Amino acid sequence: MRVALFVTCLVDGLFPQVGKATAALLERLGHEVVVPRGQTCCGQMHVNTGYAEQAVPVIRNHVRAFADADVVVAPSGSCAGSIRHQHAKVAAQHGHARLAERAEEVAGRTYELSEFLVDVLGVTDVGAYFPHRVTYHPTCHSLRVLGVGDKPLRLLREVRGIDLVELPGAETCCGFGGTFALKNSETSAAMLADKMSAVLSTGAKVLTAGDSSCLMHIGGGLSRLRSGTRALHLAEVLAGVAR
Amino acid sequence: MPGGTGNLTGEPFPRAAREALGNAQLRRNLGKATGTIRAKRARVVAELPDWDGLRAAGAAIKDEVLAGLDTHLLRLEQELTERGTTVHWARDAEEANRIVTDLVAATGSREVIKVKSMATAEIGLNEALAEAGISAVETDLAELIVQLGDDRSSHILVPAIHRNRAEIRDLFLREMPDVDPALTDDPRALAEAARAHLRRKFMTVDVAVSGANFAVAETGALVVVESEGNGRMCLTLPRTLISVVGVEKLVPRWQDLEVFLQLLPRSSTGERMNPYTSVWTGPTEGQTAHVVLVDNGRTATLADPDGRAALRCIRCSACLNSCPVYERAGGHAYGSTYPGPIGAVLSPQLTGVDRNPTLPYASSLCGVCYDVCPVAIDIPSMLVHLRERVVQAKPVTPESAAMRGLAWAMTSPGRWRRFLRAGRLGRLLGGRRGVIGRMPPPLAAWTDTRDLPRPPEQTFQDWWESR
Ligand code: SF4
Repeated sequence: MRVALFVTCLVDGLFPQVGKATAALLERLGHEVVVPRGQTCCGQMHVNTGYAEQAVPVIRNHVRAFADADVVVAPSGSCAGSIRHQHAKVAAQHGHARLAERAEEVAGRTYELSEFLVDVLGVTDVGAYFPHRVTYHPTCHSLRVLGVGDKPLRLLREVRGIDLVELPGAETCCGFGGTFALKNSETSAAMLADKMSAVLSTGAKVLTAGDSSCLMHIGGGLSRLRSGTRALHLAEVLAGVAR
Repeated sequence: MPGGTGNLTGEPFPRAAREALGNAQLRRNLGKATGTIRAKRARVVAELPDWDGLRAAGAAIKDEVLAGLDTHLLRLEQELTERGTTVHWARDAEEANRIVTDLVAATGSREVIKVKSMATAEIGLNEALAEAGISAVETDLAELIVQLGDDRSSHILVPAIHRNRAEIRDLFLREMPDVDPALTDDPRALAEAARAHLRRKFMTVDVAVSGANFAVAETGALVVVESEGNGRMCLTLPRTLISVVGVEKLVPRWQDLEVFLQLLPRSSTGERMNPYTSVWTGPTEGQTAHVVLVDNGRTATLADPDGRAALRCIRCSACLNSCPVYERAGGHAYGSTYPGPIGAVLSPQLTGVDRNPTLPYASSLCGVCYDVCPVAIDIPSMLVHLRERVVQAKPVTPESAAMRGLAWAMTSPGRWRRFLRAGRLGRLLGGRRGVIGRMPPPLAAWTDTRDLPRPPEQTFQDWWESR
């Protein structure tokens, strides 16, 4: 299959290794990966902070970049969630009916990575080897906006060598919340502290999730604590390329 | 349309939250109480095979009420009047307080007993009565604790959720005349002390003020749901009963209660059925009954198609108990009678966002509130909608300029590339550990507690093209 990769702004600019892992994984499974030029960002930060009007041209840019793709895959639950649940709505609310229609079409062909692997490709064993103790955090937007359910866990369970341990209070928000982490930084930090102690209580050396944004938050906290526990994206674990 | 007045605004959320965040005892009290009730709720909700159907029915009934609110209200007024209740209409908190104060003054009583009521807390009735020289005694145990402590409620169902038993015992010893000085902090002893205190009030006070959980348009019945039985004493003993009811409390038909009397107790206290449900249709013998129907920003909320679903709320508090922000910041941080996720949307809806600009941001948008809401209010989407109104109401700010600039870069692939490449300058900030540890404001809000990753040498898209 020819898969168009939407790398997301955060992966493009800050976590290219996540994009590389996603591409490597899809190619290893025998698919052709393309990265449409012209892609930038899904505009979620604008929408969620109250700047939906400014997000309209960003949404238009996204829709144009992926108009010809057969299938779009993003290594991000919250960006895929935004594309599926916000793009058409925001466009329609701001009087762009035609854009809303086209956004709906693109959204219909857009998948988060674990959804694509499990639902579209029908694989759970991606042939990965990752000999570490790992715990998984189901980020809020993957879990509740997108509803990926246990797909990431089904993928992780098939990884060879992995010691997958359950995260206590897994479904509680880590406190990132986009601009929430800045606007309400003290509340965000209190939520992060609880999430980190849950992670550390498992003894895991790697915390994984399907969203680079939450991982930047939790990983940034774990790094500040010099805890020795790393945050890695699900794609990096599944690609089996992380040391 | 006029906005609501009364106890609906406070300090900016981030500042108000600081107090609770710094109070370890309070955070423990909150965490323990919400954790227990969360588990109970989940258990009893899972018991019902048709929960999703019930939830959809609850949402549909409330939407039906909101779609024809004028008609339903007129029907309610007619039914109430025919059965001997006097109906009053109040535009806002001041008007409602004036009506109630005048009614109480006319009876000559200097004291009223109260059934726990959100509406009267919202309009600040106790304070208004006090100004007129009338004292109001709360009969709900938790409300009483808050009142004696000269405190504010921090939860809509468990107003004293932030207090522990030892704190309550000390309060009773200090504030209740003729309480046993050997009072312990055993919950039963505390409840018994409160009961004796209240019993004296029930026997002597002749005017009661109540709220209502539901008002049935087709029969003029009012419904109060509670767990202590004190409410029932209040509703039946006094010779004058004044009920203060928000105009959104309606259900069209008697039969609709079947849905809500299942949704409400399971969502709020995690019980299959609440211990006391009082229904009255008109005054009992020898009693005079009044109903004050309060708008206070509800019509303005109704006029907003993206925000009106907030009026479906049946005040069960499930969203508060599930919210990770509420659990850390506590109820007082929301500055309103309505804390938690629903408060973050309802208060700005009632007052207008200009008077509550920080509440729509008091959420990480994790979505758990939507999951648990028995009437399926999509609180996260409503928060986003309110944020848009906050932004529209403001002139240009550094934030809006940054957002505009970012959007400008994001709509041109060339500009976007250059923007991301410029981010590599951040590499200069990276320390030996390969992370950025300290940044100036506003990014200090991030780096105070979290490292930032050092930007990579090459963006993904640049790497992809070069490979
Ligand atoms: S918004 Fe929903 S969950 Fe929250 S108090 Fe109201 S009815 Fe309950």
